[in-house]
Amino acid sequence: MLTAPINKILPYSVVDGPGNRVAIFVQKCNIHCAYCHNPETQNLCSGCGACVEGCPAGALKMEQGRVVWDEKLCCGCDRCIKVCPNHASPKVTPMTAQQVFAKVCESIPFIRGITVSGGECGLYPEFLMELFRLAHTKGLSCLMDSNGTIDLSRYPELMEICDGVMLDVKSWKEETFRQLTGSGNEVVKKNLKYLADSEKLTEVRIVCLPGMVDAEDCILGISRTLSGEQIRRLPLKLIRFRHFGVKGALENHPSPDLAYMQGLEALARAQGFEKILIL
Amino acid sequence: MSNAVYDIITSTHLNYHQKLNNLCHEAENTLNVLELPEKFKYFYEYGALCDMNEGNAPYRPRYVMVDFEKFVRQGSKFLRIDPPKNLDELLWALEVLYTYIPSITTKPVYLGNIDLLIDPFLEGMTDEEILPRLERFLGFCDRVIANAYSHANIGPKATRAGRLLLQLEAKLQLEVPNLSLKYDPDITPDDFAEQAILCSLKCGNPAICNHKAHKDTYSFDYGISSCYNILPLRGGAYTLSRLVLPRLAKMAKSVDDFMDNLLPEACQALGEYMNARVSFLVEKSGFFQSDFLAQEGLVERERFVGMYGIAGLCDCVNLLLADKGQRYGNSKEADDLADRIMTYVQNFVANFPAKYSEIAGGHFLLHAQAGLATDEGVTSGVRIVVGDEPANLLDHLRHSARFHRFFPTGCSDIFPFDSTAERNPAALLDIVKGAFQIGDKYCAFYGADGDMVRITGYLVKKSDLEKYDRGEVVLQDNVINGSSNYKLNRLQDRKVQSV
Ligand code: SF4
Ligand code: SF4
Repeated sequence: MLTAPINKILPYSVVDGPGNRVAIFVQKCNIHCAYCHNPETQNLCSGCGACVEGCPAGALKMEQGRVVWDEKLCCGCDRCIKVCPNHASPKVTPMTAQQVFAKVCESIPFIRGITVSGGECGLYPEFLMELFRLAHTKGLSCLMDSNGTIDLSRYPELMEICDGVMLDVKSWKEETFRQLTGSGNEVVKKNLKYLADSEKLTEVRIVCLPGMVDAEDCILGISRTLSGEQIRRLPLKLIRFRHFGVKGALENHPSPDLAYMQGLEALARAQGFEKILIL
Repeated sequence: MSNAVYDIITSTHLNYHQKLNNLCHEAENTLNVLELPEKFKYFYEYGALCDMNEGNAPYRPRYVMVDFEKFVRQGSKFLRIDPPKNLDELLWALEVLYTYIPSITTKPVYLGNIDLLIDPFLEGMTDEEILPRLERFLGFCDRVIANAYSHANIGPKATRAGRLLLQLEAKLQLEVPNLSLKYDPDITPDDFAEQAILCSLKCGNPAICNHKAHKDTYSFDYGISSCYNILPLRGGAYTLSRLVLPRLAKMAKSVDDFMDNLLPEACQALGEYMNARVSFLVEKSGFFQSDFLAQEGLVERERFVGMYGIAGLCDCVNLLLADKGQRYGNSKEADDLADRIMTYVQNFVANFPAKYSEIAGGHFLLHAQAGLATDEGVTSGVRIVVGDEPANLLDHLRHSARFHRFFPTGCSDIFPFDSTAERNPAALLDIVKGAFQIGDKYCAFYGADGDMVRITGYLVKKSDLEKYDRGEVVLQDNVINGSSNYKLNRLQDRKVQSV
């Protein structure tokens, strides 16, 4: 059976797309953003065992070179995540689409859809197809929350049944993107256009951090890439960088002030964006 | 008695109207005109049956649900008011009528479906002309009525008046009127419901009432009064008396003793007491014979009902199962016992003959009573005690649906939310839709960080509570009740829903 490593399933979330949704977080990402606020979702566990000893609840064990997590014993202290040298988590469960769907069903009738986030959900196209097909049988809308670095036009079948993608446009200049994430962003730009043209672009987000992120260029770049009508209808979220959960160089970096954010909002408005939200 | 009167008169903590009300209450209680059943007196001593301090000699119904639409059509001879022809006349007429509507609080507890009353008068007016007028009208409710049990309804249709009222509510931050939206997903458009939910996160109002679940409660339209009483229009509630279940549980030797002996005896005694009360009100008090509201057909005696209340189901079950450590809201055994208790009470009420209760087929109707200022260890109605709320809000709502089903005349939950929720009122609306679909009847939200807090079902400002607690005199009557209730029920510790 096809499975995906699942980090977490929230039975309801108001911050993962339109309306109330079940949010599913897959494990593993193909890039490594310096400002990632859940870096423990970036990699699969290597089985190094460093987290096992410190678990105060005895919820972690080594078995045949792999760490095994006992959810019932776990007290949720997240100590394992803090000590993991590998940007991973031992609290990950491989689940089939059927199993995830069963969890989703527990939130019916309180939700209008599901959003798969991560990690990078684009790493699991076949799993997503299966899950979305199941969710559609209950009339639930299915969104992907993606970093955009996987060429989605290569998965036409998935895009056919995916109701929309919430896309991160992390920065516009190639070298800025590379510094921030460790990879290039040509594919992100391609996805931006592809998704907008196929009416699958649910929202675009920019995490704003002056010095690290060229948010101004992002706004200008997006507006050059898309048509005026597409821009007008596209919800744009300008998210202030916050250091919670961040590991590494930006661990204690301050958030940009409101005046800076309002400047960005004004710039976006001048480019024709009408649905702008500062978070 | 004279000591109590002296204390009221010399108080520096009550305003003039509050003194007057308290003095009336003392005067009424010099009489002993009700024929109290012996068993009622017995359980009353233990606090297991409660008369809600309604007074010894009822001279007006507890809640009066005036048919305001009729009033607008016909005016009032007694008040010398002609049917209003424009917005100014309408609002003035309503304000005059409000001051003549009696209730247990001395203030009107039901102010009408105000959006539907106002909307027809808005034609040809600009928002700039309407808003200051509505602002003064709401100000009248807040400053003159000044009692947060006074309840206005809006919906289920979206109207221009409804939208303007919500816009003002969010701006003015008033605790009076208490406001509810009658919500039906088939009638109420999403954007209107979302505006209402966002408004409630900003100022506590409106609460959301499941219109579909309530609209056929009576053969006649309903209104919502006070802390969520679903009552027939052009009628109301004679009385609300209650079983205080945890105090009854304290008298029990065992679960069986509770179920087989105490509960049946207490139910019977409460029913008899209520009949005595209703009989005096109808036959002796003269209200239905002489009050202009009855004479002019703005209320009809046949549309009044007695509300048979229960409170503290949670604490009752927790006490009965204390040795097993099973707790209501968190254990199947506890919830099943609660269901058994409610099923008994429901059957009892459905069979007990209530006097003068035509609108309810000759019976009383069950109400999940939300609490008195002095209640300690008595959680509102069938709510889960603060501190025991399930971690998953959806589980909480499922639990509520299971117990709301017993109550035709009002049952509700209150959920404070953190500020994240304001970003996405559509998500909260999805939750409401789901909750109502599975049978939840009523819910109220408020922003946990704001000044406004919902006590049992009414709103007060935290800043007013602090003022009153410092010994200052306050305008709003409910601050006095709210002050003790907030502390006794540890409302500051309610689980804040983060979403
Ligand atoms: S969060 Fe991690 S460290 Fe803490 S109890 Fe659970 S497994 Fe152990
Ligand atoms: S979660 Fe991290 S620390 Fe624990 S075994 Fe896996 S890689 Fe090592």
